[in-house]
Amino acid sequence: MQTLEQIKDRIAAALPGARLAVIANASPAGQPSLLLDHEHALEAARFLRDAPELRFDYASNATGVDWPERTVKERVKVKKMIDGVEKETEELAERKIPGCLEAVYHLYSMELGQGPLIIRLRTGNRTDRVTLPSLTPVWRSCEFQEREIFDLFGIVFEGHPDLRRILMWDGFEDHPMRKDYAPAASGEAKA
Amino acid sequence: MNAPPPPLAPTGRSQTAGDLLEVSMGPHHPSTHGVFRMNVVLDGETVVKLTPVFGYLHRNHEKIAEKNSYLGSIPYTDRLDYICSMTNNWAYVLSVEKLAGIAVPERAEYIRVIVGEMTRLFNHACLAGFLLQDMGALGTPLMYAFREREKILDLFEALSGSRMMCNYMRFGGCRCDLPEGWPEKAARIGAGFESFLDEFEALLTGNEILRARSEGVGVLPRELAVNSGVTGPGLRASGVNYDIRKVDKYGIYDRFKFRVPLGERGDVFDRYMVRILEMRESLMILNQALHDLPDGAIIDPKVRLRNLRPKAGEAYGRIESPKGELGFYLISDGGPIPYRYRVRPPSLINLTVLEDMCMGHTIADVVIILGSIDIVLGEVDR
Repeated sequence: MQTLEQIKDRIAAALPGARLAVIANASPAGQPSLLLDHEHALEAARFLRDAPELRFDYASNATGVDWPERTVKERVKVKKMIDGVEKETEELAERKIPGCLEAVYHLYSMELGQGPLIIRLRTGNRTDRVTLPSLTPVWRSCEFQEREIFDLFGIVFEGHPDLRRILMWDGFEDHPMRKDYAPAASGEAKA
Repeated sequence: MNAPPPPLAPTGRSQTAGDLLEVSMGPHHPSTHGVFRMNVVLDGETVVKLTPVFGYLHRNHEKIAEKNSYLGSIPYTDRLDYICSMTNNWAYVLSVEKLAGIAVPERAEYIRVIVGEMTRLFNHACLAGFLLQDMGALGTPLMYAFREREKILDLFEALSGSRMMCNYMRFGGCRCDLPEGWPEKAARIGAGFESFLDEFEALLTGNEILRARSEGVGVLPRELAVNSGVTGPGLRASGVNYDIRKVDKYGIYDRFKFRVPLGERGDVFDRYMVRILEMRESLMILNQALHDLPDGAIIDPKVRLRNLRPKAGEAYGRIESPKGELGFYLISDGGPIPYRYRVRPPSLINLTVLEDMCMGHTIADVVIILGSIDIVLGEVDR
C-alpha cells in the first residue's frame, strides 16, 4: 500500500485547492489518519474509491469523536529582558484548543486487499457549525453509521438520504455520546 | 449548549394511499430474532418498501465503556452478540493489544483460534437451524443444532466457568489455562460435529422445500454488497473473496490451511450453503490447532491488566467474527479509561441492504431473508 503521505499527495494533485493534513498517531498501532476539508471531502472520497491503485471500495467503520474545548499546559521559550540583558527562559504557558466534533472513517480495499486508510472530518465547533458532508453517496455502508453519529454526537450530515435518529427515540433532544452530556437535563425523565 | 436539532421526519410512517398496506412487523415478532421492527409497505403480499426501526435494545454500550477501565469492559463485550462471546472478547482484546503494543504468548493464540472456531461452528449451525425454523421446519433442525452447540458450551463452561458469558480473554493472553483433558474432549466433539454436519446436510441441503424457498430469493449483487459494507458469510455468498482471517492474518491464522467458500448468486440458499461449507473449514482449522497446540504461558506476565494506561493514541482492530467484521476503535488519552470506545457492529451494518434484498418478494420471504443475514439485536442496538 502507498504511504499516507503519498496518498495525500495524490489527492492534492487530483483536487487542487484541497486542504489536507496528516494526523500522527503515537500509539504502537501506527495508524495515522488524513484530515480532509469540508469542501473537498466528497470529491476526495470518490477519488479514493475510484482511483485504480487505491480502490478503497469498502468503508468499514464510521464513527464520531467529541473533543470539547480544552487547555493544555506546555513549556514555551520566551525572550525576556533581565537586568538589561536579553535572556531566553522557559515558561509554562496555557494554550486553548477549541472544541470540535470529528467524524472518523476506516477505509479498506476489498479489491486490492489493503487498508486501513483512516480519514477524518472536523466540524467548526460543537454548537452551531456542526455540519459535515455526508459520505453515504460514495459508500452506502455509512448510511446507518452516519445516522448513528447524528443521533449520538449531533453532527449534521449534508447530503445524507435519510438523516433521522436511529437508536434514540424521535422526541429525544440531546446527544448522549457527547462528553458533557448530562442525563437529568436532557428531558429523559419527561419521556 | 448543543445546537437545536434540525426538524426531523417522524420515524416509520410513510404515506400510503389506497391499495397499499403498511404493516409494522415486530418488535415482538418471532422471526425478528429479538426486538427489531420493520415497517413494511405491502402491495397485496409483495413488499414495495421496507424501513427497519432500531433502538429497542439500546443501552449505549459505548458510553458505559467510556466510564470503565480497559479490563472492566471485557465482560461487557460478552453481551454484544450474546451467542458469540468468545469472538467479541477476541476483537476487543486484539484492539487493546494494538493500542498498547502488547504481545500474546503462542499457546494463548492457539487457544483463541480453537475457541473462536468453535464459536463459528455453533453460530453457523444455529443460524441454519433458525433459518429452517423460519421456513416452517419447526423444531427439528434447530434442536439438532442446539444439541451440538450444548456440547461446545459444556467445554466453554469447563474452561471459563460460564456457558455463554465467557469473559475469557485478556489483553496479553487468556484468563486461565485449559483444564485437564480438555483438548482431547474438544477433538472428540470436533469429530462428532463432522458427522452431525453430514447428517444435517443429508436432511436439509437437497430438500425440495428448502430449495424452493431459498433459491433466487433475496439476491444481493456483488457491487451492492461491497459498497454497503456487508461482511462475513453474507458477503462471500455474493462471490466476494474477503475473509479477514486471510486478509489481515491476525493472530496466527497464517499457519492454518483452510479455504474460503464463495457463493455465486448471493441468494438465501448461497448464504445457507456458504455457512455449511465454512463449518467444514472451521473443523479443519480446529483439528490443526488442537494438533499443534504448544505448551507455555497463557498470558504475558508483564502485562498490567488492572490500571492499564496505554500511551495517548488510537487503534482500530478487527476480526472475522461469525457474523462479519467485528471491530473496535479505541482512543486513549493516556488515562486508565478509554477516551473513545467504538464497536463496529457487523449485524447493524449488514442490515443496510435489507430493503434492497426484500423488494418485490412476499412478506413470507422477508422472514427468511432477515433470517439469512444473521443478526443479534444485542449487537445491532448496543
